[in-house]
Amino acid sequence: MARNLGFLVVALLVLASSCESAIFSPVSDSHRSAALELFSPIDGSFGNLEETYEALKTFEVLGIEKKPDIRTSACASVADTLQSTSSALKDLFHALRVNGILKCDLKDEAFRGIESRLKDSLNAASSLLDFYYSVGGLMLVKDQTSVVDVHLGDADKVFRSIKALSQSDGRWRLSSNNPESSNDAAGIALETLAGVISLASSEIDHSLIATLKNDIAKLFDGIERYDDGTCYFDEKLVDARGHQGPLSASASVVCGITAFAAVTSESLNLPGEKILGLAKFFLGIGTPGSAKDLGSVPLILSLPATVLSVTKKDQLKVRVSTVLGSSAPPLSVKLMQIFISGSKDASIIDQKLKFDPDNSVHVLEKLPPNVNVGSYIFSFEVVFDDPEHKKNYVTGGRTKVPIHFTGIIKIDSAEIAVLDSDLGNIETQKKLELPGENAVALSANHLQKLRLSFQLITPAGQAFKPHQDFLGLVEKFYYLSGSYEIQLTVGDSVMENSFLQPLGHIELDLPDAPEKAARPPPQPVDPYTRYGPKAEITHIFRAPEKRPPRELSLAFLGLVFLPFLGFLAGLVHLRANLKNWPKSTVPATFACLFHLGIAAVLLLYAFFWFKVHL
Amino acid sequence: MGRSATTKDAQDLFHSLRSAYAATPNNLKIIDLYIVFAVVTAVIQVVYMAIVGSFPFNSFLSGVLSCVGTAVLAVSLRIQVNKEIQGNASQSKFSVPLIDQYRASLV
Repeated sequence: MARNLGFLVVALLVLASSCESAIFSPVSDSHRSAALELFSPIDGSFGNLEETYEALKTFEVLGIEKKPDIRTSACASVADTLQSTSSALKDLFHALRVNGILKCDLKDEAFRGIESRLKDSLNAASSLLDFYYSVGGLMLVKDQTSVVDVHLGDADKVFRSIKALSQSDGRWRLSSNNPESSNDAAGIALETLAGVISLASSEIDHSLIATLKNDIAKLFDGIERYDDGTCYFDEKLVDARGHQGPLSASASVVCGITAFAAVTSESLNLPGEKILGLAKFFLGIGTPGSAKDLGSVPLILSLPATVLSVTKKDQLKVRVSTVLGSSAPPLSVKLMQIFISGSKDASIIDQKLKFDPDNSVHVLEKLPPNVNVGSYIFSFEVVFDDPEHKKNYVTGGRTKVPIHFTGIIKIDSAEIAVLDSDLGNIETQKKLELPGENAVALSANHLQKLRLSFQLITPAGQAFKPHQDFLGLVEKFYYLSGSYEIQLTVGDSVMENSFLQPLGHIELDLPDAPEKAARPPPQPVDPYTRYGPKAEITHIFRAPEKRPPRELSLAFLGLVFLPFLGFLAGLVHLRANLKNWPKSTVPATFACLFHLGIAAVLLLYAFFWFKVHL
Repeated sequence: MGRSATTKDAQDLFHSLRSAYAATPNNLKIIDLYIVFAVVTAVIQVVYMAIVGSFPFNSFLSGVLSCVGTAVLAVSLRIQVNKEIQGNASQSKFSVPLIDQYRASLV
């Protein structure tokens, strides 16, 4: 329904603005400004009546005083709808709701006409929504004018017909044709039945009301819960109006139950923890008066600051209020236990906080002695001054709050030293002042070790181990010798004065890199130059070999032929028979070919030498 | 006096060798001539390399080794030719004694 959608929107606003805190803070200005932004009228009106109603209701719930002025257009639209005879039942309902907030000027005849129409449609109603709109419309007419008589003569009959749509698990169906049931419908049905009861001219049968109470109890049995105690009603089916989700289902059920509780004289026995869980679920959203009517108001413990400084001696403040931010009855807050986060140890304190009436906060005057910097979980308990209030307010037992203590950490006896490798003899040692100005010049080679030592002292005087403690030296030097700069960073979440400080220089004398050492990474190149033209490469050709002077080569060439000539001359001198050339054809041919082959090979040699350059 | 005696001995040796060489058959002399030719060519190439350096080295290798190779083959031919003419008992030749013993072991 539109009302549920309105809750959906407002609750979403609250969720969006405060989702990470485990401690819920009441409605604040940030919610209001968010709502104003969300509901901003276009051209002076919101569009249809349903949206108009949502916007106006949201403003009313959050207590926004300065709303955009849409009164004239809205009232005109309301008057049109109520007077026209062809408006749908739903439009009549929304128009009446808007009228309820804006209180437009309407004539009595209009109301009479509406009343007769609503009663007719009630008699003819078959689905749950028809009942809802008719009964709701009649309730609104009753609130807005006294001219007409809206009482129902046959309230019992109407009650039974609505009840016929219920199911055994406490949920309702939307119509007798549709077998699906939902929590959303249950909420609507409860609201409608409450309206019927209030409109009844004669007392409704008591047994019917008792069965309705059982239905509500069964409905609460089906509530879902998260681990931290938050409870909600979930929808398992997608109904005709689309899947609305747990928020609208829970909102609808709560509306129905509050309406019902308002009209019955007996009290509903609902489990208090489930109510608190629902309140936590909505993060503090409900109609004004709904939480009170349920019979118990949830109280929320909130802390304006969960990070405190030990050095500045901040005091721990606790505020207790209702979900919408109004003040709580007189009560006192006690600090029961302190857990150190991360360990199971707890120290039991049982210390009462002092109440400061000007700011309406409870103040822990003195911190327990063993609380130092770090992360703790404080466990608080609320004790009412007047035991009667216990019936009306729900506190949820012990509330655990994580609190973080910070402080200024002093650094003591800081010194930096260069040691000889194994023996540990100190070669150079210099005292450092942290945090302060330091300019230290050291020199070392790869055989020595560098040692930096200091001690951190908390404000309480205890030694303290910081979480992160980096000595800003390059881890791998890539075997580059030279002068390096040393920086020291000491920091932790509880340290208020974390610092990053340059300490000085150190000259490192490192040996040459072995073959396999990692080369220093290439300097980062401007990425855009990668696509431009590269530098011109000048190819350096191999210098040609030194050749001997030409004349010398030619001289030796001639010299090499001389032995051959000498050989020929010797052959002649020895009267060698050189006349054996064959005479007949075939042998002569072969002899010729043989000699030609030899000559060809020699020619190839010459060819290689002179022509072919490989 | 010693010098002249040594010189006289050397000269005598030289003459005796020369006269003995004249007695070798003609074909052997041709082969010897060829061997001398090949070796001289190789030597000339080595001298050249000593002067100008070994670039291009493969040229030097090919020149020298071909000469040496052909000289070796010619020597081997000479041994074989000699064996056919003279038989095992001959002593008047100027072949390399070691190669001769090797050939003798193979036969």
